[in-house]
Amino acid sequence: MTVRALDLRDVGFDRGAHLLLRRELALLPVGGRLAVADTDEALVVHLAAWCRREGHELLPGDERDGRVRAWVVRGRAGHDRWAGAERAGGSSPAGLVARPPAHWGLAARGALVESGGPAVRFDFDRKETVWSELAPKLYLQAVARQWDPVAAVDWDTPFELPAEIEAAVVQVMTYLVENEQAALVIPARLLARVHPHFREVMQLLAVQAADEARHVEVFTRRATLKGEELGTSSAGGRASLMTLLAEPDFSLASFLLSVLGEGSFLNLLSFLDRYAPDPVTRRIVALAHQDEARHVAFGIAHLEEQARADPAFRGTLRGAIERRHDALADTAGINADVLDALTVLAAGEWSPAAIARGHAAVQLLQTEMLEGRRNRLVRLGFPADEAADLAALHTRNFM
Amino acid sequence: MGAVAYDAKVVPIWTGFRSWLLRNGLPFDFVLYSNYERQVEDLVAGRVHAAWNSPLAWVRARRLAAAAGRSVRPLVMRDTDRDLRSVVVVRADSGITSLDDLKGQVVGTGAVDSPQATLLPLHHLRVAGARFEVRRFEVGVGLHGDHIGGERDAARALLSGEVAAACMVDASHLLFSREGTLPPGATRILVGTAAYDHCNMTVVDSAPEEPVRLFGELLTGMSYADPEVRPLLDLEGLTAWVAGRTSGYGELEAAVDAGGFYDLAGRITAEGYRP
Repeated sequence: MTVRALDLRDVGFDRGAHLLLRRELALLPVGGRLAVADTDEALVVHLAAWCRREGHELLPGDERDGRVRAWVVRGRAGHDRWAGAERAGGSSPAGLVARPPAHWGLAARGALVESGGPAVRFDFDRKETVWSELAPKLYLQAVARQWDPVAAVDWDTPFELPAEIEAAVVQVMTYLVENEQAALVIPARLLARVHPHFREVMQLLAVQAADEARHVEVFTRRATLKGEELGTSSAGGRASLMTLLAEPDFSLASFLLSVLGEGSFLNLLSFLDRYAPDPVTRRIVALAHQDEARHVAFGIAHLEEQARADPAFRGTLRGAIERRHDALADTAGINADVLDALTVLAAGEWSPAAIARGHAAVQLLQTEMLEGRRNRLVRLGFPADEAADLAALHTRNFM
Repeated sequence: MGAVAYDAKVVPIWTGFRSWLLRNGLPFDFVLYSNYERQVEDLVAGRVHAAWNSPLAWVRARRLAAAAGRSVRPLVMRDTDRDLRSVVVVRADSGITSLDDLKGQVVGTGAVDSPQATLLPLHHLRVAGARFEVRRFEVGVGLHGDHIGGERDAARALLSGEVAAACMVDASHLLFSREGTLPPGATRILVGTAAYDHCNMTVVDSAPEEPVRLFGELLTGMSYADPEVRPLLDLEGLTAWVAGRTSGYGELEAAVDAGGFYDLAGRITAEGYRP
């Protein structure tokens, strides 16, 4: 018979005695006995109620040693509660499992998980679907590069633009806000469906959503810097974005949004950096560019790993592009006001020669976007000619 | 089986147990009652075969059955139903150090039908010769003290000086001490009752033998290591079902007789008790 002794002095259950009791009882086997000494007058009453609830047996104190108020015989409830417990993988990415069970739910990766409890259905629960080896590193980078929209941009920089140039900026900003709102909603929706076992992916998507929240803020702020009124939002543009929201598959949503959509946006943001008519616009598109580059990097890394593991995966990607193309075949695509505004920004003024230059610049932008998409598809393992065909099927709305 | 809906958790508890029992071969269903009095009347009348009874409901079921020429027995009980005690608590600085000091003072109790916070401690005080006034905190009348609200109100009244002493079960005293309703050092236990038993699963002799046997066997076979039943056991407040016993209800029988709560035939005789 294993026996231990605990002197609680004058500490009762109203001052934490249960902690000291638990600690001592944990050192005993089931059936082991603990002698409890204490001067708290309510101890025996409380100990009886506590032992009952915890499943321990209480025996009267020792007549020979008046200081021992009671004996606690360790019951098996504590042992039984944890008998079927398991580790939820390991805390580091090396401890990831291929498919975490639903009942691990929100438990920290690596925690000792009590058996039972509610099964929480996270539908992205396969490592092959959501995981990228690059995710932990990209998350850390993303956190380190967060910027404060108030401090990172000198909003008070004095500048004046001709009214039509300012209007072009406002139209482009209106378009960017709309697109960034789609880019916020999509990772936010996805992340709520990822099993928390894939913590770094969940965190990366959360930061991605936060990035887009900041983009929405700075573009809105620039749009209203000189006036109240925003530009237009076309039905075709919104239809294009809705097809992104409708994609239920994790990899395909990530493919359409990050690799193709945000990939094209990298070209657009570079274009705006080059032709920005004022320092505030130039600064915010540069800030957004560095964030979007990270989103594209994660999307590509994740899909590259999947394509390597499953050669048939490229067929699935192709299907997603074709489906989206078909869904958008009868829509206008990009808002004509946006294309015009981009032309005016690249022209810088309204002389015919300048407008012609601007027009050529926007055509070059679209060619660069097409080339960018083609290159990224080649990185995912598509043959060059097929990559070129698929790149051309991308929405005219850029995103 | 009948059970009293003293709290919303009764539904998930017995729905969960029902699924488990059905899966283990027992044809089982349960009926919820709003109070224990109708539940035991239905038990003795054979409308239900078993009743998850408070100790006071057990006392009445036994009396009603005897008067009807039937018998009831406690099939099982929770491990936590054995050897409870109630305590009478005073303020630490009150100067009340003996039962004689209660003379002319007001003792706060739980609801009129609470075995642990009213009937048992008051009986204990009276048998010991104490004389005092009673102020009852009537929360959940008809639930036989399953609702802890009356005890908590009595404890608060003790601290505010409305009553000189308050009655409660040991587990409530532990709870109130740990959550701070009774601040450390503010109160003192004046006296405690002898150990008594609490709820039991009462079965009536008219119930079919085999399902009752299987019911008892399945309940006592439930393991705290089983992840499916453990949350239900936690909700119901036990770690194991143990054999029922009748030895822990003597004091309550005496308290019921002395206070005239039920007569020997199980009729309700308590004044003003309307469950």
